[in-house]
Amino acid sequence: MVSQAPDSAALRDDVWRIAGAVQDPEIPVLTIADLGVLRDVRVNDAGIEVDITPTYCGCPAMTTIALEIAIALERAGLGRPTVKTVLSPAWTTDWMSDEGRAKLKDYGIAPPPKGAGRRALFGIEQVACPHCGATDTAPIAEFGSTACKALWRCNACREPFDYFKCH
Amino acid sequence: MTSIRVTETPLVTYVLRRADDALVLGHRLSEWCGKAPVMEEEMALANMGLDLIGQARALYTYAGEAEAQGHDEDAFAYRRDERAYRNLLLVEQPNGDFALTMVRQLLYAAYADPYWRAMMGSSDPTLAAIAAKAEKEMAYHLRHSAEWVVRLGDGTEESRRRTGRALAQLWPFTGELFHTDEIEREMIMSGVAVDPATLRDTWCRTLIEVLDRATLKIPEDGWMQSGGRGGRHSEHLGHLLAELQYLQRTIPGATW
Repeated sequence: MVSQAPDSAALRDDVWRIAGAVQDPEIPVLTIADLGVLRDVRVNDAGIEVDITPTYCGCPAMTTIALEIAIALERAGLGRPTVKTVLSPAWTTDWMSDEGRAKLKDYGIAPPPKGAGRRALFGIEQVACPHCGATDTAPIAEFGSTACKALWRCNACREPFDYFKCH
Repeated sequence: MTSIRVTETPLVTYVLRRADDALVLGHRLSEWCGKAPVMEEEMALANMGLDLIGQARALYTYAGEAEAQGHDEDAFAYRRDERAYRNLLLVEQPNGDFALTMVRQLLYAAYADPYWRAMMGSSDPTLAAIAAKAEKEMAYHLRHSAEWVVRLGDGTEESRRRTGRALAQLWPFTGELFHTDEIEREMIMSGVAVDPATLRDTWCRTLIEVLDRATLKIPEDGWMQSGGRGGRHSEHLGHLLAELQYLQRTIPGATW
């Protein structure tokens, strides 16, 4: 176990704040803290360790995120961290912060519903349009521009929009 | 570059089998890049391929840790010959037309979805963690391929004919999904693995539900092909690996 002196607790807070501010390379309005991708920060004799978790197994943004964290911490004079990818517990959209959900919506991406359960084989979802708020919407494509998004269309304002898939 | 020799233990072999399933099917889906019938499917096929390659990477990395011979994910993917690959014959079957690709995806996803869900209870914490991610992804693959099989089966005369033909063509490769051997039984006994026989009812129910809507029928069980788990493959895998491994075999250790 790691014993933390008072100043290492302060350092841990700094690391969390700096690493947490790293932007998602594919959705630049969100930070990795908003997304819940930043899982843990440890400060001990071995240095700084940062845990991140992928949203999807094949998420191509993980390498960039790890690199950005290292750059941000080095730039802040905190030295080079060890960034580890942890798989357990599996990331879920429930970890996205309320602030993150609000930012997504402002950016034009419908945020995932909270606490949604598994979807049925031929499930029907209701997604509100991030532009006009109407719920008369329909999916265009289950797989959107990135692994974490689907493409939808609003039947009220006729605008297409990205939907951050719930999982 | 010369091939690696894998020091096989039941765990290493068990993990490699699943990693090979994911890599080979992921590679097959990637072959659609630039050729999909519509833009939306271009993205869907690439996304599903990416999910599977992501699963393969996590599994190969774990196989390397379990083997402890210094082999990383690339060594397993690029430096094993066809006979050392342990994937199911189903996943190496060529893409054929869009109907065949979607039927193949449905047959695999209807199995992999309950498989990974059950594996979340594995006594092996790494496999349980990989399972928790993979099962969410496979639920999407299942839904997407199911929707297409319904649309194609209950579509035009031509799409129905092709979907039925794909189902008949791939059916003999589905028996292998539920096979167990000495290695698998040892993993089942120790709580690392789930017994695939227990997944068969769920798999059948899913297929019946989808095929009913698609106005198609489950084919009769006849002669079933097998051999993939033991490294005896159809002629297609060697060609797939030739393309997949070409660069690393020609310029060993190349990075960019």
